[in-house]
Formats: sequence, structure tokens, C-alpha cells
Amino acid sequence: MKVVLQNLTKTFPGRLRGEAPTTPANHLNFTIPDGKLVGLLGPSGCGKSTTLNLISGLLKPDSGRIFFGEDDVTDLPAERRGIGLVFQNYALYPHLTVLQNILFPLENLKGKDKMSKEAMLRRTDEVARLVQIETLMARRPAQLSGGQQQRVAIARALVKMPKILLLDEPLSNLDARLRLQTREELRRIQTETGITTIFVTHDQDEAMSISDEIILMKTGVIQQIGAPQTVYDDPENLFVAKFLGTPPINVFDGEVKDGGVYLGDDRILEAPELKCGRIIVGIRPEGFVPDENGCLRCTLERIEVMGRDRSVLCRNGACANRIRAIVPATKDVKMAGDTVRFSLMPDKVLLFDAQTEERIRV
Amino acid sequence: MQNSYDFRRIEKRVKVNSFIWNFFRYLLLGVWALIVLFPFYWMVLSSLKDYGAYNAEYTPKFFTLHPTYRNYVNAFSEVPLAKYLLNTCIFTVVTTILMLLVIILAAYAFARLNFPGKNLAFALLLSLMMIPNELVVITNFVTVTSLGMRNTFAGLILPSVTSIFYLYLLKEHFQQIPEELYYASKVDGTGDFKYLWKVMLPISKPILITIVILKVIECWNSYVWPRLITDDDNYFLVSNGIQYIRENGFGRENIPAMMASVVVISVPLIIVFFVFRKKIFEGVIRGGIKG
Amino acid sequence: MNRKSFKGWLYLLPALVFIVVFLLYPLVDVFVYSFEEGYNFASQSYSGIGFFNYSYILHDPYFLQAVKNTFILVLITVPLSTTFALLIALALSSAPRLKSLFQTVYFLPYITNTLAVGLVFMILFKKTAYTDGLINLMLAWFKAGSVDFIDGPYWAKMFVLCFYTIWIVLPFKVLILTSALASVNETYYSAARVDGTSRTRIFTRITLPMISPTVSYLVITGFIGAFKAYSDAVALFGTNLNAAQMNTIVGYIYDMLYGDSGGFPSFASAAAILLFFIVLTITLINLMVSRKHTYY
Repeated sequence: MKVVLQNLTKTFPGRLRGEAPTTPANHLNFTIPDGKLVGLLGPSGCGKSTTLNLISGLLKPDSGRIFFGEDDVTDLPAERRGIGLVFQNYALYPHLTVLQNILFPLENLKGKDKMSKEAMLRRTDEVARLVQIETLMARRPAQLSGGQQQRVAIARALVKMPKILLLDEPLSNLDARLRLQTREELRRIQTETGITTIFVTHDQDEAMSISDEIILMKTGVIQQIGAPQTVYDDPENLFVAKFLGTPPINVFDGEVKDGGVYLGDDRILEAPELKCGRIIVGIRPEGFVPDENGCLRCTLERIEVMGRDRSVLCRNGACANRIRAIVPATKDVKMAGDTVRFSLMPDKVLLFDAQTEERIRV
Repeated sequence: MQNSYDFRRIEKRVKVNSFIWNFFRYLLLGVWALIVLFPFYWMVLSSLKDYGAYNAEYTPKFFTLHPTYRNYVNAFSEVPLAKYLLNTCIFTVVTTILMLLVIILAAYAFARLNFPGKNLAFALLLSLMMIPNELVVITNFVTVTSLGMRNTFAGLILPSVTSIFYLYLLKEHFQQIPEELYYASKVDGTGDFKYLWKVMLPISKPILITIVILKVIECWNSYVWPRLITDDDNYFLVSNGIQYIRENGFGRENIPAMMASVVVISVPLIIVFFVFRKKIFEGVIRGGIKG
Repeated sequence: MNRKSFKGWLYLLPALVFIVVFLLYPLVDVFVYSFEEGYNFASQSYSGIGFFNYSYILHDPYFLQAVKNTFILVLITVPLSTTFALLIALALSSAPRLKSLFQTVYFLPYITNTLAVGLVFMILFKKTAYTDGLINLMLAWFKAGSVDFIDGPYWAKMFVLCFYTIWIVLPFKVLILTSALASVNETYYSAARVDGTSRTRIFTRITLPMISPTVSYLVITGFIGAFKAYSDAVALFGTNLNAAQMNTIVGYIYDMLYGDSGGFPSFASAAAILLFFIVLTITLINLMVSRKHTYY
């Protein structure tokens, strides 16, 4: 089932007197194709959770429409939308066993949807097997590890056979090791069921690694939508470029003159079609190539060895922060004094307008 | 999904449902609020009615057009209401202060000092918390009587000082203050008493205020012990005073004046309540104790 | 004893003195009193040891009346006040508007003087030569006959007593339940909503189990508190409760100790100990039941 948001807007009044209202969803327009796993990504307070709640029906939008497939569901209450929702803290009922928790949504069904006890048990059995918790059915949530609770929560969301699965920060309550495991698990479950899945996260690693598409938001406005690699390689603006990638992109204040881009006195790029003036230059850490004749000169601070790679930490007058360059461990870093020179990979150098911070493509 | 949802119908049903729900909810809340407030309204109203007018009303009236403050004058002049108030103030203040001193020292000993027998003493204390007052009142009555302390403030106050519950509350709170503070001040050469006075108490001010307020309410409203131990109305507290007024006061059944007295003794706590509303709620929830 | 442990006991000393003199010693002594037969207050002497005090009060019609009254009061007010408090707390917690105003109003009976407000209740319910009283006026609106609730038939008096008791205990219960309801994580309700759970099912399957420890706590303390009813009765019916047929066990104890029929600490002790064991038994039963029905 594809999900379409049209001009969706939601504003909250300020909680305190005199506080300005916030608009966590500001004219959102996007389409999530059927059967995809989509990550809704952004820093905290960007409106991603609100967007999820609008899709789930827990919140009502001020304006705009939501479509599931061809159906307008904007006015449907949450329980009529056929969605499964996994909460950040899982919201498993502590007094019920795992089985009772998973049965809970099925027991709510009324009228023609009502199921026989056997049918319910068969269904819970299926999802339990899908998320691999068959052996835990008699336990209470408190007796489960975080990862197991997560699976139970997913099972409870899936048992109604939802058309769309929504997950709010599904991995944030897990420790680092479990997080890696669980995100692959999530990918597997989604692939097996083929349910259109939307999950919210503030962790770009998480979103990049398992999503078919990511939607990047900031203060209620969508910044960019696309496949993770595309968004990473070809960001629309400085915010997107900075938000994606670890270690983060290095940002320089550059200048365009004489048909080239300068960082300080170093001419790093030929750009005859650009207007003269200030420009923001972003260089991905992996875009630096140590080169005795390189165009960019930096002052070396130190080199961190990380096994496969090395981090070269250095400074440049055009960059307010320390520059981090990732170079293969096999590559020699030649120095003259404490000056190190790099040549730059052209597709790792991104230019942005100094005022609007929009991407400038050459 | 088929396009079979009748949005209008669903939305309408949701709206009707929540309207009915809200209607009954606010009806319940409103009716109970009325039942709670009405006695207060009635006591103020009656206290403003003239004695003659009140007695002439075979059918009580819900308002008065000729309010009079006469009853308040009577309440203070014909019965020793001022005396009762003063007694209650003395009783409340002294009892509360004594209790504070006692429980602060004990809570500190339990929370911070180490000495043999501490755990045993604390366990004993906790088990005493379950003991109902009725069991100990009898002997206390005999003790105080045989010590000749009936109709004295000492007899009123001393048995009311102990409050294991507040001691327990304070001890729990003291224990939450990080031990590092204690060791840091030890290193600086601060004595125990100074540490208690200069560090623990200022940090614990919120809980102390809560305890004081709850104890003040308890003292102000206490009835049973004062009733047993005083029969001289020079030592009556407000509760006993109002009971005495009801049975013997004003020489005749002067309900407006009684109501004026009731208003006078109720107002102080109502003011305390409005000022410290949050604290009182918090304390009652924390302690889970009944008044 | 070394200096350090001396200091610990020194800090404890004031508390210990008070506790031993006014709590521990009386606790032991009350058992002693209850077995001392024919105790004479003036000479502080007694004639023998035995169960006479118990047998006396168990044959005292006033005591039996007090036990009956207390049990009726307990059995009516505890379930009613707990249920009603739960209803109000539920209505409150889902009504963000005016919540704090309602909470403030509801709490007023907690801080007001039981004796003083009891007087107001008495006036509202009492029927005198001059007036039928306000409640009877209201009853007349519904064409019901007038009743004297204060000096009249037993059940009329019992009704007022129960009503006043509930009026007094409700603030505490409402406050505790409201705070328990507020501590239930909001996402449980969101989850239930997404799953299309009906209101009644949310209440019985989620809300009630989640707050069940608080409810059982309130029931237990409610029983204990109701068994100790006394001031409310005095406030309504005056100090001579035996004459009004409205005495409670605690009232009986105090009357035995001091008052018109007083001067018998032995009888009072026996009654107090019986009360203690009644309360203890009920509390233990409560604990066993609640252990079965709470989920934590």
C-alpha cells in the first residue's frame, strides 16, 4: 500500500504563555511507494514523530490530506486505518504475558472481523515465528531483554496484518550491539512480509543502512527524499550534507575569484561559470587524497590509526573546525615540515551558496 | 482497501460518543463539586443571617439580603473562641517544633551515623508504625492523669510529639542526599551537628516544609486526645471548643453564631491550603497518609 | 561504648524517650490492663487476673451496638467511597479542562475540621421544632416525607454517618488515584487506540490492572481507617453516642476511659485489643486477596 501525503500541516500552540507556536509538519508532500522500507530522519524536534503520528491517525492534521493507496484516510480514526504501530518504549502491557499482549489487538476486533480463538492463536503463532519469539510466549515483558521486547512489540503490531507498519525510534532503547542486530532483523522482517514500513529515527547510520529511501526533515520541512546513497552523494543543501555521513563533512568558507574556488590561497577547483564572491565548500572526509603536489595545504595536528583507515587531523585557515580526512592505511602521508598537502576527489567536493546554503551544482 | 468507509457516519459516531462521555463526566464532576462546596456555602451563609431571621425561616433560604456580622461578634464575646484559637496555636506551634527537633536528630542518626543496634532500633520503629493510636491512648491517658498533667499544655503536647511516620519520611529523604557530601565535609573538618545544620537541613527544606504543613493540619484538627485530657475549657482546642459550643454554648441554640465560630476555625487551614496547595498534594501523595 | 556509637544514640535519645514513654510502654501496658480484673482508677489496684474484662464488654449491649455500627459503616463506606473515588479520578484525569480547579475543590474536606463541618452537616440534616432542615426541604421537592436524620430512625442516622464519612475520606482517595492514573504511561493508551480497543476494555484490561496496587492499598487503608471511625459520629450526633445508638468501637473505648460512663481503663483496653485484632484479621485477609488480584 503506498502512502501519499498532500500539503500536510500541523501546528501546536506554545505550551507556555507567550511561547511561539511550533509547526512540526509544514506543508509536507511526499509519496512512499508500496512495499518499501522508509526512514524518516532528522534531528530531534524536526517533526518526524509528529509526521508519524499524523500517518497513524493519533494526531489530526490542521490541513492537507493523507492517502493510503487511493483512499483518503485523513478523517479516519487510528483504529480504522489498518496500521501497526511500534512505540519507542514498546508500550507492552506489563501485566499481560507475551501471548496476551500479541492477542490483545485481535481480541478487539468486532462484528464481521471477529475471529475464533483458534484463528487468533494460529495468527499469533505465525507472527511469533516470524519475529522468532515462539519460546517466550508465556513470559511477562519484564522478564524479557530489550531486544526481545522490541520483537514482541513488532509482533503485536503485525498480528492484525496491517497494510502499513509504523515504528517510532525502534532502536533507540537498545544498546549498541543489539542495535546493529535488530536493524538487520527489521530489514529481514520487512522483506519477508513486504509491508510498507515507515520508521522514525534521529540516527543517520540506522536510516542509511536499512532504508530503501530516506526522508530527511528539519523543523517541519522536508529537506530531501531519496535512496540513502543518492542523498549522501548528492545533497540538496548544506543541512543534508552535514547531517549525513560519519565522520561529518568538513565545511570551509571559500571564495570564488578568477574562475576558480579558493580556500585561503589554495585554488582547489576550476569553476569558470561561478559568480565571484563567498561560497561554502564541503569536502567529505574520504575525498582527501594525500599528494605532495596537492592543491590544498593544511597544518597537520596528528594522525589517528584506525586499522583499515587512518584519520588525518589537520587545520586550515578557511575551516573553523579541525579537518578530518580519512585515508587508506596503505597510503603514505608525506609532509614538508608540518604541512600536509591533499588533492581532492571532485565528486566529494560539494559547493553551497553562502546565503541560502543551497547546493550549487557545477 | 475498498472505498467502503462512510466517513460521515464514522466521524459522527465518534463525535456523539465523546459528547455523551463528556456530558456524564462533567455532570459527575460538577455534582460532586457542588456537594463538597455546599456545606461551606451553607456555613458562611448561616453565619451571616440574623439570629431572629434564621429562626423565623421554617423553609431555609438559599441567600440572605441582610447579612450581619453580629454573629462573629457573638462568637468572640459570648464564648471564649479567641481562647480556643490561641490554645490551638500554642499547641500546634509547640508540638510541631518539638516534633521537628526530635525527628531531625533521629532521622540523621538513622541516615548518616553508624552505631551498634541501629538496624534493630529502626526495625522496631517501623513495626511500631503499624500500631493504632487507640491501643496506646489508654495508658497515656492514665499516665498523664496520674502525673497530674490533665488540663496542662504539657499533657496535651507531649504525647502528640511522636510521629514515626514523619521520622521515616525524613530519614528516607536524608538517605537520598549523596554520601559524598558528608565525606567531603568530614574531610574539611565539619562536625556532624554542623553538617546536619548547614548542609542537610537546607537541602531538605522542601520535605521539611511538607512535613510541617501536614503536622500543622493534623494538630489543628486533633480532637480525640485533647478531649480526653482537658475538661477545663481554658485548655480547649478548637475541635473541643466547637463541640462544647454545640452542646453548651451561647446559652441557647444559636445556630448562626455557631456557624460563625465554625467559619472562624475553618478559615486558617483553608488559607494554608490555598497557599501551599501543591506542597500538600505532593506530601499526601508521597506519604499516602490519611488525615 | 565508644564515642562514635555514643553519639549515634545521643542523636536518637529524644526520639527514643518519646517513643518508649508514649508508644512502647503503653503498648505493653494496654495488654496488662486488659487482663487486670476490677481495676480501680483511684487506687490503681486490681483484684485479679483473667478474661473478665473481655467477657464483660462482649456482654455489654453498648459494645455490641458499637461493633454492629462500625461493621455497617465499614461495609458501606469502604466499597462505596473507593468506587466513587475511582469514578471521579477517571473523570478528572481525562478532563484537562478545569482539572486543577476541581482537584482543589475536592480536596477541601481533607483539611477542614471534622468536628466543625460535622456541625454544618448536622444542621443541614436535622429536623427541629422550628424547621425541617434543608435536606428535608429538598426531599419535599420530590414529595418525600420528612425524616429527622439526627435524632430519628436508626437507618436515617446511619445514612448521614456514612454520607459524612464518605465526604471526609473521598479527597484522599481521589488525590491518590488521580496521581496513580497520571503515572500510567500515555503510550499504553495510544497503543490501545491504534488497536481499536473499546473504552470499557481499556479500563478493565489496561487501566485497572495498572493501578491495581494503588487500589488495593486504598482498600486496605480504607478498612483500617473506617474501623477507627469516631470523630465523624461525634460531630453529627454529639458526645453521648451511646444514647444516640450511634457509637463506634473507638467511641466505646473512649467512653470507657473517660466521659459519662468512664473510668474503666481495663474495659477500654480489652475493647482496644479486640479492635486491634479485628483490624489485623481484616488487613491480612485484604492482603491475601489483593496479592491474588494485583499484577506486580
